[in-house]
Amino acid sequence: MLKPVTLVTPVTASAPGDDVAPVLKAEVKALDFYYGSFHALKGVNMPVYDRKVTSLIGPSGCGKSTLLRCFNRMHDLYPGNRYAGGGIVLQPDNTNLLSDDVDPIEVRMRISMVFQKPNPFPKTIFENVAYSLRVRGMRNKSELEDRVQSALKGAALWNEVKDRLGELGANLSGGQQQRLCIARALASDPELILFDEPTSALDPIATASIEELVMELKERVSILIVTHNMQQAARISDYAGYMYMGELIEFGVTDQIFIKPQKKATEDYITGRFG
Amino acid sequence: MTISLPVTVSPRLSKKASRHLKERFIEFLLFGAAAISVFTTVAIVYVLVKESWNFFQHVPLSDFLFDTQWTPLFDDAHYGIMVLLSGTLTSSAVALVIAIPLGTIIAIYLSEFASFRVREIAKPFLELLGGVPTIVYGYFALTLLTPVLQILFPDLPGFSLLSAGLVMGIMIIPYVSSLSEDAMRAVPMSLREGSYAMGATRFQTAVKVVMPAATSGIASAYILGISRAVGETMILAVAAGMQPNLTFNPTEPGATITSYIVQVALGDLPHGSIGYQTIFAAGLTLMLMTLVFNLIGAWLRKKYREVY
Amino acid sequence: MLKAPDLQAIRQIIARAKRWDMLFSVLGILSLMVGVLSFCVLFADMAIKGVPRLEWEFFTSFPSRRAANAGILSAWVGTVLVMMVTALAAVPVGIAAGVYLEEYAPKNWVTGLIEINITNLAGVPSIVYGLLALGLFVYQFGLGQSILSAGLTLALLILPVVIVATREAIRAIPQMIREGSYACGATTWQTVRDHILPYSSAGILTGVIIGMARAIGETAPIITIGALTFIAFLPPAPFAGDPPAGMFDWLFAPFTVMPIQMFNWTSRPEAAFTVNAAAAGFVLVFMTLAMNGLAIYLRYRLRKNIKW
Repeated sequence: MLKPVTLVTPVTASAPGDDVAPVLKAEVKALDFYYGSFHALKGVNMPVYDRKVTSLIGPSGCGKSTLLRCFNRMHDLYPGNRYAGGGIVLQPDNTNLLSDDVDPIEVRMRISMVFQKPNPFPKTIFENVAYSLRVRGMRNKSELEDRVQSALKGAALWNEVKDRLGELGANLSGGQQQRLCIARALASDPELILFDEPTSALDPIATASIEELVMELKERVSILIVTHNMQQAARISDYAGYMYMGELIEFGVTDQIFIKPQKKATEDYITGRFG
Repeated sequence: MTISLPVTVSPRLSKKASRHLKERFIEFLLFGAAAISVFTTVAIVYVLVKESWNFFQHVPLSDFLFDTQWTPLFDDAHYGIMVLLSGTLTSSAVALVIAIPLGTIIAIYLSEFASFRVREIAKPFLELLGGVPTIVYGYFALTLLTPVLQILFPDLPGFSLLSAGLVMGIMIIPYVSSLSEDAMRAVPMSLREGSYAMGATRFQTAVKVVMPAATSGIASAYILGISRAVGETMILAVAAGMQPNLTFNPTEPGATITSYIVQVALGDLPHGSIGYQTIFAAGLTLMLMTLVFNLIGAWLRKKYREVY
Repeated sequence: MLKAPDLQAIRQIIARAKRWDMLFSVLGILSLMVGVLSFCVLFADMAIKGVPRLEWEFFTSFPSRRAANAGILSAWVGTVLVMMVTALAAVPVGIAAGVYLEEYAPKNWVTGLIEINITNLAGVPSIVYGLLALGLFVYQFGLGQSILSAGLTLALLILPVVIVATREAIRAIPQMIREGSYACGATTWQTVRDHILPYSSAGILTGVIIGMARAIGETAPIITIGALTFIAFLPPAPFAGDPPAGMFDWLFAPFTVMPIQMFNWTSRPEAAFTVNAAAAGFVLVFMTLAMNGLAIYLRYRLRKNIKW
C-alpha cells in the first residue's frame, strides 16, 4: 500500500554513546496533511527511534506540532482535517497509524501525549494520574495505587505530592502540573510519548526539571518532542529534524544537525540568521 | 518642593459647563433605568410582605404552617399551606424526573457527540420549544396527554398532577439542556485533548472530564429548571385540577400555590378581604422557595466554580 | 528487539468502552426526539383541530356562548394593545439600563446590587409579577384592571431579557471602537449614540423580539391582575378620542388577551370549545414561533456578518 520511500537525509551515524544501531520505533512516510485547503505537511519522511529522544525544530507555523499531533491522531477530533497521503508506520507490528482501519483510540492508548500548557483535569492529583488507567478499565484499587505511585515517581513528582494526593491537580505549581501531566501519560506504559513544547509555559527552573525528566524517561520509552527552543533540542535530543513550511528540511543525529548541518536553510535557522 | 506648571487652555477647548451638565443628566437618566430593577425587587417584597402581614393578623403562623386543610373561601376556613405545597412539590418532582435526565443527556449529546450540523438544527429547535406559551402546554396536557395516559392507567382522573407534571417536564427540558450545554462547551478544548490523548472515548471524556469541569454551570441549569417547575402556573391550572389536595401521589388531582392564585384571581374577591390576602401569603411562600433555590444555586456555583 | 504490545487486550477494552459511546449516541438522539416529537405532535394536533376553524369570522367575532359563533376579535386586539404598552415601556428602559451597566456604571456596590437584582428578577416566577401588579398598579396606583396595568406588568417581566440582550450585544463591540471614538474627542454619550447603539442594534433587536414573544404568551400575571375572560366589546381606538385626555382612554379600558381567551376555552368541557381553543392556540403558537424564528434568523445573520 505504502510506497517505499527513501529518507531525505539518510541517517549515517548512530547517536553518541551507542554501540548498537538504533532500532526503528516509528516511521513517517511521505505524509501529506491538510487543514481544510491548507497544505500543512508536504511529503514528510522521518524515522523515530526506540528509546531515543527525537526533537522537531523550526519556526512557528512550520508544521512541527501538526506532525506531532498526527502521531496520536489528535487531528481526528476536528472536522476539516485530512490525512491526504502517506502514513506513519509503528513498529514492531508494522501498523500504519493513519489508516482508516486503525482506531484512533487504540493509537492513543499506545502513544501518549503531553501538551504545551499543563492541562490537569479538574480532579484530584491521584485521579488525574489514575485516569489513563481507568479508561483502560482498571478497577482494582491497590493496583491503581501502585501504578499511580510508580508513575508519579517516574515523573519525579512523588516526593512533592505523596501527602496530598487528594488535592486538586490545579493547586500545584505550573512545573508540578506539567510533571503531573507527564505522570498521567506515563501511567499507562505507552510505547511513545509526544511532547508538544512542554516547557513553553514554564519558568527556567521548572523547565530544567522537565528536561532532566525527559532524558531519564528515554530509558523506558521513545520520545518525540516539539520545541521552539533550540538549546533545549540540542541539550536533550538524540536526533533532530528541522521543519520549514510543512516540509522536513533536514533530519539527523542532533550533534550533526547543530554542528554540521548539511543544508543551508538549516544552518541559517540554527545560527539565528533566520527565524 | 512642588513645581507649578503653567496652564493655558484655549476657550474653545475648556471644559464647557453645559456639555458637562448634559452628560451628567443623561447618565442620571440611564442610571434611573437601571435602578428600576432594584425598585421592582423592592416593590415585590413590599407588596407581598404588606398583604401577607395583614393576612397573618387574622391567621396564626402555626395554622398556616401546620394545618392540613386549605379551605380559605369556605365558612369553616382553614389555611394550611402544606396542602398547596404538596401539589407544587409533587408536580415539580414529576417534571424534574423528566427534565433533568433528558436535558442533561441532550446537553452532553449536543456538546460532545453531535455533528456541527445536528447542533445547528437542534439548538434553535429546542429554543422554539422553550418559547411555546405555557397555556398551550396546558392545553396539550389536558386534551392530548391525559387521554393517552388514561389508556395506560384507566383509573387516572381527567385532571392529574402526573399529566401536568410530565408536560411541564418537556417544557423545562430546553432550559436545562441549553444552560448545561453552554457550561460544557465553555470547558476548554485542552482538557478534552488531554483526555482523548490518554485513549479515552467520547463518553469517557464527556462524563469523567467535561461534566465534572462544568459542574457549577450544570448546577445552575438544574436550579433554573427547579425554579421554573415550582413557579409554573398555567399548565397546572389547566391540567391538574384546582382542588386543594394534601397528597404526594401524582395520579391524583391537586392545587398548587400558583394555580390557587389563578383560581382566586379568576373569581371576584373584594380588595382587602382575607381571600385576597391569601394569594399574597401564597405568593410570599413561592418567593421564599425560589429564593432558597437561588441561594443553593449560588452556593453550588461557589463550591464548584470552574477550576480550569 | 522491540516487544510487541498486547493489542488484543487493548482492542477488547476499546470495544467495551465504545459500546457506551454507541449506547449514549442512541440515548442522545432518543432524548432529542422526545422534545422534537412532542412539539410536532402538539403542533399537528392543534393544526388538525384548529385550522379548519380559522375563517375570517373567527378573527372578526367576539367570544360567544355558542362555540361555533365565537371568535378572537377582542383577544387579538387586546394582545396588540397590551404589547404596544409593553414595548413602549420595556424597550427604552431596558436598553437604557443595559447601556448604563456596560458603558457608564462604576465598579461599586450599587452596580453590583443592580446586577444581582437583574439576575434574580429573571428567575422570579411570572405569577409573582402578577401579584406585584395587582398590589401596586391596580390598587396602589389606581390604574385598575386595565391595558396599562397589563402592559406595564409584562414590561417588568421582560425587562431582564432586554437588559441582558443589550449588554451582550454591547459587550461584543471591541474596545478599539470606543477608543477610536474617544480619540476623536467624543463624549461618553456621543460614543454611545453614534457607535455603541448603532453597532449593537441587531443584537438588541433580537433580544427585544424574544422578550416580546415571551410576553405575548404570558397568561398567569395577566389573569392575576384581573383581566376579564369574556369581553364582547373593543377598547376605544388608541389616540382617537378627544385630545388631550380622551386620547388615552384605551389605556384604561378593560381587555382580554389571546392566551386568556385560549385558557377560557380550554377549561370549558364542551368539545366545540376545545376546537376553538386549538384554533386560538394555533394562532398564538404561530405568532410566538414566527417571532422566535425571526430572532434566531437575525442572530444567525448577525454571526455571519460580524466583521471585527
